[in-house]
Amino acid sequence: MERDDIIEYSLDAHHSEEEGAKIRRNIWMVTLFLAVVTTIEVTLGAYWKDWFDASAWNMIKWTYVVLTLVKATYIVMSFMHLGDERKNIRMIILAPYAFFILYLLYIGLVESNYVHQMWEHFL
Amino acid sequence: MAGDASKALSNDVLWGGGRSPFSISYGKMMMWFFLVSDALTFSGLLVAYGFVRHSTTEAWPIGEEVFRALPGLTGSYPLIYVALMTAILIFSSVTMVLAVEAGHRMDKKGVIKWLFLTVIGGAFFVGSQAWEWSHFIHGGGGYITTNQGVKYWVHNDTHDTHDPSNAAGFHLVPALEGHYLIGEEGAHHLDHEASMKLWNDRANYVDGANMVHNEYGPPQYANFFFFITGFHGFHVFSGVIINLIVLIMVIKGVFHRRGHYEMVEKAGLYWHFVDLVWVFVFTFFYLL
Repeated sequence: MERDDIIEYSLDAHHSEEEGAKIRRNIWMVTLFLAVVTTIEVTLGAYWKDWFDASAWNMIKWTYVVLTLVKATYIVMSFMHLGDERKNIRMIILAPYAFFILYLLYIGLVESNYVHQMWEHFL
Repeated sequence: MAGDASKALSNDVLWGGGRSPFSISYGKMMMWFFLVSDALTFSGLLVAYGFVRHSTTEAWPIGEEVFRALPGLTGSYPLIYVALMTAILIFSSVTMVLAVEAGHRMDKKGVIKWLFLTVIGGAFFVGSQAWEWSHFIHGGGGYITTNQGVKYWVHNDTHDTHDPSNAAGFHLVPALEGHYLIGEEGAHHLDHEASMKLWNDRANYVDGANMVHNEYGPPQYANFFFFITGFHGFHVFSGVIINLIVLIMVIKGVFHRRGHYEMVEKAGLYWHFVDLVWVFVFTFFYLL
């Protein structure tokens, strides 16, 4: 039987030296970007109390979430090459996941709020 | 819909025709499907963590106060160690994507070089995590509670888990109400005599962390730490093994003979995913 993992379906399994140099430059740019974002996150985590008062925590929290999503986008689209795949496979992977996760977050927040209130009132 | 199963389709639209509807190979697509399901598992764990943290009425520990030690050093370095672990994992992700790029040029030597560095990076990460677990389990001195339920932090010059009152510099520091804090600088330190009296009358002594209780916060905190970072660490470990197997196959020239290095790409997808999960664990467990 012919092994189907040996057949080459992928259109981008090979590229030339010049294309390779361009891709490598892009990889290092993304690396630099990820390193900078992580440094910002850690510095903010260690020193935000010296720079802002306690009321800023909510804003810093959202900054973390946004920076994390930005990092995740670069890892998935650039390192995992999902940005180079066709649109149909991209949507098949991202859309169901986004749908499930939004629901999970929604139900988690609603229910944990409720449980928190119950404990506050009855304990 | 009836009859669709028996409808004859042209070979062109089927993979049997040698053409993928997504211009993606079977193996890569299945790897993506596995990663989506694995991502849902990790999301479930992190949402469960958020659920517990959000629903509890107790104080919850803060990452920068719990994780602030570096191996072989005293003093406070909030989150530096975790940041180093993150850097190691991101860089091993970079070497992986460079291995994939070298594979696209059929550059066997390049693939070996970058894949080898990836394996080293992964092994470093697993080792770092072992140290972090050990430090988390052993703790920083622990606390006692009196019969009245008042909490005091145990301070020592040297950490002795068996009998802290014997160690040099032993004294107690009253804990702040409703806070899980390792004793702050400038806090009110009790003298040795008062400390010994409270120590001998203690109701219980909690030191470090296990599945039942821990010195950092509610029991669920340590349980989630063990489960989430443990599950992720197991993924890293499996990734190192997979990368090692692929590396050996590359060295033996299996993929060169096959004509393409797609196996490196598939292992790479898994490896990047491990990095991706860590980005989220880092934010939602350590930073927030």
